[in-house]
Amino acid sequence: MTAKKTLFDKVWDSHVVQHIENGPDVLFIDRHMVHEVTSPVAFLGIKNRGIKVMYPEKTFATADHNTPTINQHLPVEDPLSANQLKMLEENANEFGISYWGLGHEKNGIVHVVGPEYGITQPGATIVCGDSHTSTHGAFGAIAFGIGTSEVEMVLATQCIMQTKPKSMRINVEGQLNFGVTPKDVALYIISQLSTSGATGYFVEYAGQVFRDMSMEGRMTVCNLSIEMGARGGMIAPDEKTFDYVKGREFTPTGEAWEKAMAYWKTLPTDEGATFDKEITFNASDIEPMITYGTNPGMGIGISSGIPKADSLEGGVATYQKSLQYMNFNEGDSMMGKKIDFVFLGSCTNGRIEDFRLFTSLVKGRKKADNVTAWLVPGSHKVEKAIKDEGLLDILNEAGFELREPGCSACLAMNDDKVPAGKYAVSTSNRNFEGRQGPGARTLLASPLVAAAAAVTGKVTDPRELMEMQTA
Amino acid sequence: MAYDKFNILTSSAVPLPIENVDTDQIIPARFLKATERKGFGDNLFRDWRYNNDGSEKKDFVLNNPIYSGRILVGGKNFGSGSSREHAAWAVYDYGFRCVVSSFFADIFRNNCLNIGVLPVQVSADFLDDVFRAIEKDPNTQFEVNLPNQTITIKSTGAQESFDINAYKKANLLNGFDDIDYLLNITDQITEFASDRPL
Ligand code: SF4
Repeated sequence: MTAKKTLFDKVWDSHVVQHIENGPDVLFIDRHMVHEVTSPVAFLGIKNRGIKVMYPEKTFATADHNTPTINQHLPVEDPLSANQLKMLEENANEFGISYWGLGHEKNGIVHVVGPEYGITQPGATIVCGDSHTSTHGAFGAIAFGIGTSEVEMVLATQCIMQTKPKSMRINVEGQLNFGVTPKDVALYIISQLSTSGATGYFVEYAGQVFRDMSMEGRMTVCNLSIEMGARGGMIAPDEKTFDYVKGREFTPTGEAWEKAMAYWKTLPTDEGATFDKEITFNASDIEPMITYGTNPGMGIGISSGIPKADSLEGGVATYQKSLQYMNFNEGDSMMGKKIDFVFLGSCTNGRIEDFRLFTSLVKGRKKADNVTAWLVPGSHKVEKAIKDEGLLDILNEAGFELREPGCSACLAMNDDKVPAGKYAVSTSNRNFEGRQGPGARTLLASPLVAAAAAVTGKVTDPRELMEMQTA
Repeated sequence: MAYDKFNILTSSAVPLPIENVDTDQIIPARFLKATERKGFGDNLFRDWRYNNDGSEKKDFVLNNPIYSGRILVGGKNFGSGSSREHAAWAVYDYGFRCVVSSFFADIFRNNCLNIGVLPVQVSADFLDDVFRAIEKDPNTQFEVNLPNQTITIKSTGAQESFDINAYKKANLLNGFDDIDYLLNITDQITEFASDRPL
């Protein structure tokens, strides 16, 4: 009898080129995504060593972190950003890597375009110099973020050296409540585990909630795995996965497709396989979430209050420093807090489904006057769908404009910066101090919560507006 | 990129008793626009270190001349968040060779090991002792002994051992990096790749 294996074991073990005694595994990488910020020093390293990229066809480059989200047809104004973009283009050309730069029809955020073009496939190992590479785990791939030295390793040898992480399964059983989205599920799990609760682990999400979830939703959940410290997260591939992958540009066809499918179907965790840790949550406990502090673990159900410091197990000084930064008090209710900015976008919530959700709530309403809203599609493909599906007309009618694709205010490397002291309800992934601009205060939430804030100008439970709509 | 060998480091330490220090604090995103690995130390903890007008924040530890040394001591869950290796570069470029904490985020730990900064994970109690020793005497010397895998507070003699895998340890002791290793086994990699479907 063969040993029972987890999804993670199956994919990992089949990629080990060599196991080093008392050391890491040499892991073969199927797909490598690069962007302008974490790659230049890696390419420089290759050049200094006088070597080539070993498998250029396995690396894909796109520009996203630094790019402006208006007037993309004009030259990039910031000289440092422009230089990084130019370097990426030159490096891609020199080493024969496909490059989807600014203005290219396939341009967009790395973790949005990877799945869109079938670069992301079940059973693959995928890395990128960006921690949210975990997004691709939604397809049953092992996908994780790496540092620039590792980017250089992959360019040079298509391998990296990694010690195999421990495994954790997180089950969410039952059905989600009205108004609760995949983002809320992820923020809820992180709030329960803390930002370091899964450090050292690779997570598999299982249970009815994830089986019922769309591929977009699964990507949102896997994307946020890193925010609880996990190396990555993954979900077993099923019919939904295969339907999504089928027919995309880099997806196998014909006989290769049949072969791939046969293999992909063997990937789900064997019944009886064990994990180093296993946790189960009930979907019915989850309500729309919002964060109040300066890490993604500081999240609460939107109707509950900010926890009191004396309810914590230590770390009180750090907690108070965080609330001070946000200018919130222990015990405060989040509802009704005035906000200044709304950001819909990023590799967490910049896909078409997120725009559909946002639009469904603002439809027939008006953007609040005190709110500046940045609606940034994750890619040109998403942008096109927003227009083709008629969402743009509804958004315009409600007083919103659409920007051009990119990471934008997720990390504020371009001009989309939230000013110091201002509050932004953001669908992105990090509420760290200064993440959205020096001194900016970020409240992470779902596209529905963001939409409710955008039309009321304050933190609002979206269910109230949705009930009004359906009543 | 090659770095100096690491063996035994004896130094005073700089205390940063804050938990969950994320890499956005270690180096804010707007300083990631370089295309060479240079000058990151100037922007280490930029927004905690400087006011908007560029003046120093007097109460931040790096601006306090009584603290110095090549060891940075941080609170639990150090280096969480973004995978930017620039955070490790900034730590190194500023002059630190070792970071001590009771818990490290995975990618940050890897990045450190890849560029020659030694992450030393100690127990929560020992971390408290370290902070207390520095509080008592900012000049307290610590010995980080990589061959023996120990860290010692010289004034009290308190000592704890730390984990590091044998391969990474050998790399640090010799100043090697992973690419050197991988480039030596390219034949094996090519053979492995030849029957991969993707
Ligand atoms: S949207 Fe944010 S998290 Fe996603 S790739 Fe861009 S910067 Fe990274």
